[in-house]
Amino acid sequence: MNGISEVTERYLQLYKDNIEKISGISSKYINSFRAGAFEKFRELGIPTKKNEAYKYTNLNIFFDHDYKSYFLPVESDFVKAEKFRCDVADLDTHGIVLLNGFYPTINDKLRQLPSGVWVGSLNEAATKFADKIEKHYGKYAKSETDGLIHLNTAMASDGIFIYVPEGVILTKPIQIVDLVQADDDMFNQHRNLIIIEKSAQISLIICDHTLSPHKSLTNAVTEVFVGENAHFDIIRVQNEHNNAGKITHTFIHQEKNSTASSNNMTLHGGLIRNSTYHHLGGDGAESHSYGLFLADKFQHVDNFVNVDHAFPNCTSSQLFKGVLDDMATGAFNGRILVRPGAQGTLAYQKSNSILLTDDAKMDTKPQLEIFADDVKCSHGATVGQLDSEALFYLQSRGINKREARLMLMFGFAHEVIQNIKIEPLRDRMDNLVMQRLKGDLSRCASCVVRCT
Amino acid sequence: MLIIKNLKASIAGKCILKGISLNVKPGEIHAIMGPNGSGKSTLAAVLVGREFVEITEGTVTYLGKNLLEMAAEDRAKEGIFLGFQYPIEIPGVSMVNFMKTAVNEHRKFKGLEPLSASDFLKMMREKKELVEIDSKLANRSVNEGFSGGEKKKNEIFQMAMLEPKLAILDETDSGLDIDALRIVANGVNKIKRPDNSFIVITHYQRLLDYIVPDVVHVLYDGRIVKTAGKELALELEEKGYDWIKKEVENNIVA
Repeated sequence: MNGISEVTERYLQLYKDNIEKISGISSKYINSFRAGAFEKFRELGIPTKKNEAYKYTNLNIFFDHDYKSYFLPVESDFVKAEKFRCDVADLDTHGIVLLNGFYPTINDKLRQLPSGVWVGSLNEAATKFADKIEKHYGKYAKSETDGLIHLNTAMASDGIFIYVPEGVILTKPIQIVDLVQADDDMFNQHRNLIIIEKSAQISLIICDHTLSPHKSLTNAVTEVFVGENAHFDIIRVQNEHNNAGKITHTFIHQEKNSTASSNNMTLHGGLIRNSTYHHLGGDGAESHSYGLFLADKFQHVDNFVNVDHAFPNCTSSQLFKGVLDDMATGAFNGRILVRPGAQGTLAYQKSNSILLTDDAKMDTKPQLEIFADDVKCSHGATVGQLDSEALFYLQSRGINKREARLMLMFGFAHEVIQNIKIEPLRDRMDNLVMQRLKGDLSRCASCVVRCT
Repeated sequence: MLIIKNLKASIAGKCILKGISLNVKPGEIHAIMGPNGSGKSTLAAVLVGREFVEITEGTVTYLGKNLLEMAAEDRAKEGIFLGFQYPIEIPGVSMVNFMKTAVNEHRKFKGLEPLSASDFLKMMREKKELVEIDSKLANRSVNEGFSGGEKKKNEIFQMAMLEPKLAILDETDSGLDIDALRIVANGVNKIKRPDNSFIVITHYQRLLDYIVPDVVHVLYDGRIVKTAGKELALELEEKGYDWIKKEVENNIVA
């Protein structure tokens, strides 16, 4: 084909300039994917609005930029990163910091928690757990249309590896604080691999934070294997500044009778695109995809969900809500695919957005493709203003209009937040969302990281 | 307490209230009865400041102030309460948070400090008992998934929490079974003090068996066409509204 776009060209060049260094710190197996992925990326390029899945999102604002560095760490970076601590009260987690996509410790790159769960650097795991990596790496993050996934596979340098052995139930959540900090404009990509064996259970919290004021762009891929009867919850909290672009692709593959949920909480960011792929790959699996975003000024938040009912008797739900102020724009694209033979499927989708101004804009696109007959599917989307009847009801009890509006917006958002099962995090999200809606939330005050 | 003089109002250009005058004194219970479409709910809407009703003529004075100039939330803080005919469900807003915000807004207006969490919960508990509302309802979102009866009880509970000077109950009895009706009425009677007043809007006389009015008005075609003591309600129950309609029509002809 002709026409490799200028912006795609940038990243082809970036690959050529850095691939030697990147390959140098990765395992042979992970490196074996790179050349093929690079070719695929060359073919697909950086997605444009012509790509159905990116119809409402102009990626060029962040991709068409001359990032000074493709991040590769030096030792001093790690020392800084080790100091970061999360300040969510009562939130007791196994904390991991990821700095610009790297597991930032010099020693102890892979550690075993008392429960037997392994956490650490993907690069490190690639040698220590070669069999597991070879079984799962690159098996779920697949796309025939999205070049960004291939760009990640071609160049990803490190990321988090989590291994939960069969039957292990981890009560304390694992928390990844995903930091971006650089002295210059920076593009970074990381790759996480999470393997949850049969009948095991974990919750994972990922907090995305950009600490430096420079323009940054992250293109991250997370692959999750949820074994038979296993249980997995992932909650992503994004509180970034306007100069931060964050593209995440999360692939959750589920085996028989497993349950999984994903919750994307976007409080702030310059450009946010979260793609969540739920692959119901075994009889009786259940998945829930939630999302909440609050956007103002010129922010843009795009949630893309793909639920693939590949086996019979699986259940899925999607609930995405957004509050858009000023000139902010949002998009929701929810696809449900029910494959031939996936009888007894239940699939629900709901997307509700509130526009607070005439200039805010929300695009929603449900996409149902059903190739089985014994299926219950429903979808509903609303884009509107606050309910004036509800507003009056509150006012009629003496609550002033501003406060009443806040309460309604908060109530609207809380319907998503209430699905977070980790209580201190749920309370914190309630609190952050309330402050954010009140407009008295500065980025620093809300940051879970204390960078003192 | 409340003086309405020659009130005329319309909704979307259609004249609904055609000159209403009413004088409610402290401690009085007024019942407003009348057939469907006579303007009962519109009158309630005017009193609580709904913006879809346009006032075309007349005055409403409440505690010496011009009520029509006040914002809805200020009317509430001045002591006016409406028990809604169709209470709204508000998912995601908890009853506790809703009532706490409302009570503290009222306190702020009176120059009082906000209630402490424990004092507030104590107050909730007392008022719940008073109106025999199920404890669990208070832990849920406002009216969400409540039955018709629960919604009406919840209105009375909110009234108990906010202790209004003038409460307007808009067809609070509609859709209630006899037990719920009794609970709602008992709640009202417990809240009743010598210095607060009620306007009870209803179709039927049966609520007035429990809440005994001092004055009964019949509203018909946007006007109060008859005012009498509590015995008027019984007469209406017995004879229906037709004789009043006839009387009115005869008067016009005469």
